[in-house]
Amino acid sequence: MFVTIRTLLIANRGEIACRVIATARRLGMHAAAVYSDADAGALHVRHADSAYRIGPAPAVESYLDIDAVLAAAQRAGADAIHPGYGFLSENADFADACTEAGIAFVGPSSAAIRAMGSKVEAKRLIAEAGTPVVPGYQDDDQDDAVLAAAARKVGFPLLIKASAGGGGKGMRLVEAPEEFAAALEGARREAAAAFADEKMLLERYLVNPKHLEVQILADTHGNTVGVFERDCSVQRRHQKVIEEAPGPTVGEPLRRRLLEAAVNAAQAIGYSGAGTVEFIAEGRGVDTAFYFMEMNTRLQVEHPVTEAITGLDLVEWQLRIAAGEPLEIEPEATGHAIEARLYAESPARGFLPSAGKLRRLRFPGNVRVDTGVEEGDSVPVHYDPIVAKLIAHGPSREAARRDLIEALENTEIAGIEHNAGYLRNLLAHPEFVAGDYGTHLADTIHGAVTPGLNDLHWALAALAAVPNGALPWSRADGWRVNQPARTEVLLQHEGVFQTVRFPPGKVVAGDSSFSVEALNSGADALAVRLNGRVQEAGLLRDGSAIHLMLDGETSVFQCVQDLTADQADRLDGADRIVSPMPGQVISLAVAVGEVVEAGDLLAVIEAMKMEHSIVAPCAGEVTAVHCSAGQRVDEHTRLLELEPRQ
Amino acid sequence: MAVLRSKIDTGSPDFRANSEHHRGLARDLRELTARLALGGDERSRERHTSRGKLLPRERLEGLLDPGAPFLEIGLLGGYEVYEDWPPGGGIITGVGRVAGQPCAIVVNDATVKGGTYYPITVKKHLRAQEVAAENHLPCIYLVDSGGGFLPLQDGIFPDRRHFGRIFYNQANLSADGIPQIAVVMGSCTAGGAYVPAMCDQVVIVRNQGTIFLGGPPLVKAATGEEVDAETLGGGDVHSRTSGVADYLAADDRHALALAREIVANSHLRYRPTVKTRDPAEPEADPSELYGVLPRDTRTPYDVNEVIARLVDRSELHEFKPLYGETLVCGFAHIDGYPVAILANNGILFSESALKAAHFIQVADRRGIPLLFLQNITGFMVGRKYENEGIAKNGAKMVTAVACARVPKFTVVIGGSHGAGNYAMCGRAYTGNMLWTWPNSRISVMGGEQAAHVLATVRRDSLEARGKTWPPEEQDAFMEGIRDQYEAQGHPYYASARLWDDGVIDPVDTRRALGLALAMACRTPEQPKSRFGVFRM
Repeated sequence: MFVTIRTLLIANRGEIACRVIATARRLGMHAAAVYSDADAGALHVRHADSAYRIGPAPAVESYLDIDAVLAAAQRAGADAIHPGYGFLSENADFADACTEAGIAFVGPSSAAIRAMGSKVEAKRLIAEAGTPVVPGYQDDDQDDAVLAAAARKVGFPLLIKASAGGGGKGMRLVEAPEEFAAALEGARREAAAAFADEKMLLERYLVNPKHLEVQILADTHGNTVGVFERDCSVQRRHQKVIEEAPGPTVGEPLRRRLLEAAVNAAQAIGYSGAGTVEFIAEGRGVDTAFYFMEMNTRLQVEHPVTEAITGLDLVEWQLRIAAGEPLEIEPEATGHAIEARLYAESPARGFLPSAGKLRRLRFPGNVRVDTGVEEGDSVPVHYDPIVAKLIAHGPSREAARRDLIEALENTEIAGIEHNAGYLRNLLAHPEFVAGDYGTHLADTIHGAVTPGLNDLHWALAALAAVPNGALPWSRADGWRVNQPARTEVLLQHEGVFQTVRFPPGKVVAGDSSFSVEALNSGADALAVRLNGRVQEAGLLRDGSAIHLMLDGETSVFQCVQDLTADQADRLDGADRIVSPMPGQVISLAVAVGEVVEAGDLLAVIEAMKMEHSIVAPCAGEVTAVHCSAGQRVDEHTRLLELEPRQ
Repeated sequence: MAVLRSKIDTGSPDFRANSEHHRGLARDLRELTARLALGGDERSRERHTSRGKLLPRERLEGLLDPGAPFLEIGLLGGYEVYEDWPPGGGIITGVGRVAGQPCAIVVNDATVKGGTYYPITVKKHLRAQEVAAENHLPCIYLVDSGGGFLPLQDGIFPDRRHFGRIFYNQANLSADGIPQIAVVMGSCTAGGAYVPAMCDQVVIVRNQGTIFLGGPPLVKAATGEEVDAETLGGGDVHSRTSGVADYLAADDRHALALAREIVANSHLRYRPTVKTRDPAEPEADPSELYGVLPRDTRTPYDVNEVIARLVDRSELHEFKPLYGETLVCGFAHIDGYPVAILANNGILFSESALKAAHFIQVADRRGIPLLFLQNITGFMVGRKYENEGIAKNGAKMVTAVACARVPKFTVVIGGSHGAGNYAMCGRAYTGNMLWTWPNSRISVMGGEQAAHVLATVRRDSLEARGKTWPPEEQDAFMEGIRDQYEAQGHPYYASARLWDDGVIDPVDTRRALGLALAMACRTPEQPKSRFGVFRM
């Protein structure tokens, strides 16, 4: 079957849509985009040759709506559809619908998707093909008692996973038998919401294993190639954040075994297209034992590290395979590549997703940046909060690591919370540097790599907050008639207050005193010499807020004088319960007049497909409720009021 | 432009002795200032803060932009004026930067006699409003006052420049488009109630600020009604029911944030009226002023040594340098602002007066602010000078000074006596700002001179009645006069009565003048209507 792709519809959004569009256009194709109402002016729409609206913001009514996507493809006159990752990329019905509509689906056959789509089925198939799998329970009997019995047989710790799941949704780690029932219920609820499928499977949980995966390319002529491995063991909450290729602890013998197992697995199911076989590995070096976990029948988020070391354009090969071309490559790897996933989330607040307008978004030029947004765009609440991927490639792992650190340090983001500083610190952590880390790394070193403020931040914020002009009234010398100068500023950062003093030629924050020499600062950058060392930070003034961007971290400060009246009013407003982020109220646990204890559940907010519990900060009586279940709320929206009680 | 080269030997014993003397005066001034700035005694300050209120100076700092200068006016007001005198006059007044905008700020100090108004308190409040009017500065009143100080009611109530003038000014300032903003952070009782009531916009702090014409005791006495202060005229009442206040604040900080927002949104449109340059420090070190000034005001010295330490780059473009040499006239810049300087370099003669009249006209036509550096015993006397018409020539100078429209600033750097005070823009000449140095003396004539004049008059009168005046009695008489003049001529005495805007350290003069020039050299767009904001 040979197809000529003249028009390619990209059934996705964000960075991956932009990524696919770029290759499609390079190959001379007409790139057609689809968009929901939330993405009407998004970058992937701007980059595409044409764009089609497919529905309102919620994904189930747009990017997950097969009919809407196919209608768009027909309107575009598309010969093929590239599904990207997520959304409909692993939906066999969609693949069938494309085929029925006479449009090529860029991906494997619907049969292969179905085979791998059910994790139970996949493991059975792969185990039959001779690749070991982790002990577990995959049967259809989902009775609570049956599952509990199976859990005891599999042994603890174990994982409960949604059969249809991915990306950590509908997944729970259970350390002991008595936690099982509650975890099962939570996983089911999440899975029902995310995938409309409550089926759960159980799996032995390996302690601090490595997550290794192999990139596969397979054509429709029976050629299957393993395109090296990736180590994706840096995961937080079961979500990959840093990936590298090749695996830092994978030697040649292990690599051969991994690639062989992956190719066998792909061939066992008659796979075609690009895919990834994921393994979980225990032990290191030649003693490594690895088990098949799952196969992703699509392009992976982290595919660029493989592209970087092989020079291949995996999207191009997806399209060529879809067009029926034979795969005639023998991939070779050069150097080392590391990818960092930049998310709109707060590492300090349990990776709470963030959404909002990107008031500043600047990337350095020394690494590959795959992104779906530009400065001025918004990160909507409706979808995965990925902002960009930064991919460094160098002759050695160390070179790539240093480049990526430098890139993250020079990344400027304001308007949303993000993890650039966290990623930077992760990459600089000795355990990551050593390379011999497992999937627990991120949890173990969380405290050490979560960005926090130090005296330098406060000092720079003060210098930014108190501009020093030349003319008499704009000078920041705090001059007083016959009295000591008042050279200090009380700054606020997320409710924490600190006084920073700036006597002539100095700035004193906390226990640190810096000599200051002003350099050429601009409206959006602060440049000073502190104790002889040049410090440059990005600056964004947003009303009275000062966004300080230093080494990949963004911190927002305000002078006490510049607190808006509303904020000043909130200073002593512990009794007001507000939404921590934009989202939807799922349930309200209390009503007016109810008396609660500290820690009692008040409401549940869903944002970015994660549930967040709002608990009582103190004991008290609920005196007012300002929201209702189902209501959309913004960040800081007042949900209810609590009259504290002793 | 010529750079003034200092001829002073900074290593000389005289310079060192001068320096020690004047540094001592400055130190004394700073110590007194620090004491007065505390406001009320420790007990009343503690009582104030225990109620969750910020101290007056903390309120001031919370209102100002961080790092911004504050040009305080009249901190010595009331100093030793009454038997039980209020430190700082019980009120903080001055000009400070709020939301980027210089504003006239008036802060009642409730730790001093409950923030009640002494005569000097009224005078300070009115002076702040006058500065606001002349410089078009928004007025922010941080109100926390029990109203008039009743024991001294005859000094505050009915006259032209007494309490009522505050509200008259508020209406007319508002009419001129000058924002009137009150932040009620404590009580505003009786007359005091009109301070917020007469403002364009009013912030009140809940459970803390009150506004009423008669407090609960008075209400009970008058009508028998029993009511607590909050219910009678608290924040909730005035912001929800009466409409006397416009914004309700949770506490002091919230109230100050609201005031800053009000200023930020007051749509002020000012343009500079002069061409500024990049400010530059003088070539000659201003701290050498301590050594330049003689220890006795009567000792002559070259005023160019002072000018060299006040003006940018020590540059002076002198006018008529060879004529009327006892008055130095010339153009310079201070902190980037152009200024036309007249500085005494000896007694005033006809030539110096004529030169001054000419120079003032030039500066006025060109819109250059005038700066008078006063060190003057008066005009020359004697037959030759009277016959050549020095009275007429002096009058020309006085006329020029009185009628000049440009901003005028005066610094009394030495003596200020006789008609010299008038000709050199004394307080009566409505200059924008007037400061004195700690070494200065101000009186109708010098103490020695006055002793001799009065002794002569008395002796003549005694001798006319055929009496004699024993020398020891005459000495005692003259000593008394000298003492009186010394006491009343002291700058603290003058400043306590607000004959000036403050005694300043010579090294701070440049900074103060720069701020004053900058606020004077800007004009607003003219407002179109002619009425104050009616509180409805």
